Amino acid sequence: MATDPKDNTTLQLLHFTLQMADNALINGHRLSEWCGHGPVLEQDIALSNIALDHIGQARSLYQYAASICNGINSENRQHLFASTSLNQKISKGEMIDEDDLAYLRDAWDFRNVLLVEQPNTDWAFTVARSFYFDSFNFLFLSVLQNSSDSTIAAIAEKSLKEVNYHLRWSSEWIIRLGDGTTESHQRIQDALNDRWCFTGELFQATDADVAMNAQGVGVDISMIKQQWLEQIQSVLNEATLSLPTGVWMQEGGKQTRHSEHLGYLLAEMQFMQRAYPHMQW
Amino acid sequence: MTTKSFQEHFDKQIENEVSIEPRDWMPDDYRKTLIRQISQHAHSEIVGMLPEGNWITRAPSLRRKCVLLAKVQDEGGHGLYLYSAAETLGISRDEMIEQLHSGKAKYSSIFNYPTITWADMGAIGWLVDGAAIMNQVPLCRTSYGPYARAMVRVCKEESFHQRQGYEIMMTLANGTEVQKKMAQDALNRWWWPSIMMFGPSDADSPHTVQSMKWRIKRFSNDELRQKFIDVTVEQAKLIGLTVPDPDLKWNEATGHYDFGKINWDEFWNVVKGNGPCNKERLQARQKAWNDGAWVRDAAVAHAQKRKFKETPKSKSEAA
Repeated sequence: MATDPKDNTTLQLLHFTLQMADNALINGHRLSEWCGHGPVLEQDIALSNIALDHIGQARSLYQYAASICNGINSENRQHLFASTSLNQKISKGEMIDEDDLAYLRDAWDFRNVLLVEQPNTDWAFTVARSFYFDSFNFLFLSVLQNSSDSTIAAIAEKSLKEVNYHLRWSSEWIIRLGDGTTESHQRIQDALNDRWCFTGELFQATDADVAMNAQGVGVDISMIKQQWLEQIQSVLNEATLSLPTGVWMQEGGKQTRHSEHLGYLLAEMQFMQRAYPHMQW
Repeated sequence: MTTKSFQEHFDKQIENEVSIEPRDWMPDDYRKTLIRQISQHAHSEIVGMLPEGNWITRAPSLRRKCVLLAKVQDEGGHGLYLYSAAETLGISRDEMIEQLHSGKAKYSSIFNYPTITWADMGAIGWLVDGAAIMNQVPLCRTSYGPYARAMVRVCKEESFHQRQGYEIMMTLANGTEVQKKMAQDALNRWWWPSIMMFGPSDADSPHTVQSMKWRIKRFSNDELRQKFIDVTVEQAKLIGLTVPDPDLKWNEATGHYDFGKINWDEFWNVVKGNGPCNKERLQARQKAWNDGAWVRDAAVAHAQKRKFKETPKSKSEAA
């Protein structure tokens, strides 16, 4: 692996970018599963729109990650990923692109948080997952738009406009379900309680987070935790819901150790590239 | 005015190409025909989200994934405009959905065919949306105002959908052997169902004469079908694909393509529910609706609570 400090910084920037890109893609993919199956037409359309935003953000981030990758010297580039098909391409000296990063890596190369790969389950679980993630994403991007890396800053600024709407959408649904019927109240409380254990990881700094924060590229995520909690609490209050009390937090996604769900998601998502490799679509 | 003079006024508006608006008097059968046609059209958009939605999670590139998702989302939007247009005729969206789920209302039979490969996304955009455009462009001038206006927007988006479908086919046709095979296979499966989309031949189309008189319809099924075939055969040639009809032949005398016999038995069987995916499509719609019942109930309950909370406040503000 890279020994040159400059290369190490580049590697951390790559991992940092992939963390964000993978969150966006996996979240967008999950939300896109609702398309055509929503509880009411307007929400079907809204959710597809949000899914599109996430996948669009993922594309910008993967394009940047690919350019970082392609800029790493050829010897170090060989060891960036565990996935065979991607490494074959790299070792042939070929440049990689956004699709290679999305479609040729296996789960152990993905750096998204466990939260976003959790299944949709039902409307309440989907809303709970989005609410936790959107609240984080909004605060994270608000800081990130001041990144010293101009590409990251530009992507953050553009994404923030969309995420502002995502957060409004998921907060409104938390309130609607919490302060709706007895059944919806119970369902959303259960979903919030169940998905709570995946929120700790959002604030767990990886080596990439630490290195990028030190460079002025990233965000001190421990600093936004309190704001996140306050934001969540205030919406839950309005929704007449309680903040979950669980203390045990699941972790591993950011360190590329995933739940069983991601493998199936990727098997489906990457099917075409695996069955019909090396083709233009 | 007497019923007779109402009728005369209506006839005159139709004659003078003045659009009929929701508050205008209209014959009961005109209203019923429009409700049947617009709701069927709306249902087709919604059910039509399923066969393509089937490939969103498996699209072969991020760009294709985004385009497909945006396209299927557009179809949902079309459903929304069309349900709204139908609602102006005095039927609620819930009633229409109930008619879809009970099987009373129909939707386009084409969506009862399965999407087996990625090339089907190309074939649907190119052929199914292409056929839909042929049907729908004249509807921009249909006599009922809200329907005509909804169709203007729908047609703009459909023409983009048709191009994206053709572009998928073109990419495959210019690709590797297996991609070409995939494209040809999709054309083989979607060609005949697509030309059946224009409905039965004029002689067997029970509603055509009256609908043309009311200027709901502007061209007959057979006229539109012929127009579609003439255009599409040339597009297939351009990308080196073969239309699966051995009897297809350019006719110098008529200036149109002659084509083979359509299997109307298959058409009526799919209409009656015996298509490969009729059951799955309807079950998927029913499931989405039933699973979403508690969500819709919660939204209504919350809106009522909010209204109740806000009412005394606005009163005190007024005081």
